[in-house]
Amino acid sequence: MLQPHFHLSSAPHLTIPPERVEWQASFLGIDLVDVRRIRASLDEFGDRFERRLFTDQERMDAGPDPVVKVERLAARFAAKEAALKAFGLGAVGVNWRELEVARRADGAPILQVHGKAAIHLRRIGATHWALSLSHDGDQAIAIVAGFKNPSTPTLL
Amino acid sequence: MDPILTRIRAALLKHGRLSVDALTVAPDVNLYEVGLTSHCSVNVMLALEADFDIEFPDHLLTREVFGSIQGMNNALKGLGVAGGI
Repeated sequence: MLQPHFHLSSAPHLTIPPERVEWQASFLGIDLVDVRRIRASLDEFGDRFERRLFTDQERMDAGPDPVVKVERLAARFAAKEAALKAFGLGAVGVNWRELEVARRADGAPILQVHGKAAIHLRRIGATHWALSLSHDGDQAIAIVAGFKNPSTPTLL
Repeated sequence: MDPILTRIRAALLKHGRLSVDALTVAPDVNLYEVGLTSHCSVNVMLALEADFDIEFPDHLLTREVFGSIQGMNNALKGLGVAGGI
């Protein structure tokens, strides 16, 4: 049984604080993105690429500097793909904007899950999850870990 | 050849980064097994949307749809896309 000691995001309908229950790590996804290819997609598809994949808040968080912006969007894209893998969302058919990277007040990234993606997570019993992002040079990487409270019934 | 298939193959050739020839690969081959990445599949999707002037609805944004030429062909036809240029 894992007692996570890092920040966990939770489904909005839950009221149980994470420190009150024992957790079972059940879902894991990782994605590596080449920042240069994200830049090429932005050059090729422009605003449509951004609007299709990223929320207004994510685009704002990416900032105005074009170099920093593409690095941040690449990391966020990696986060979305890591979440898709972790939770099997690639078979469900969800919009990338339903998997939103936000920031806590201290700057740490968190994953907010909306819409059909949130419904799916509830169905599979994923009640809490954690996100970590990193980028260096031309590479951006993200890991998403999902946790199940063993006492939470799984609907699938 | 079906003009829709031809245009799907053209999008794959430009954006798919496949390890096989996009112009000849069989329609039922799993494209993720021949090099299609998640990012490349997004590029292919955007290219098809621009080419056919459509937007894939959320329920079609799956690995099954973009994992093969046949999957994309079925999805496009389901959206009422006509093959003529």
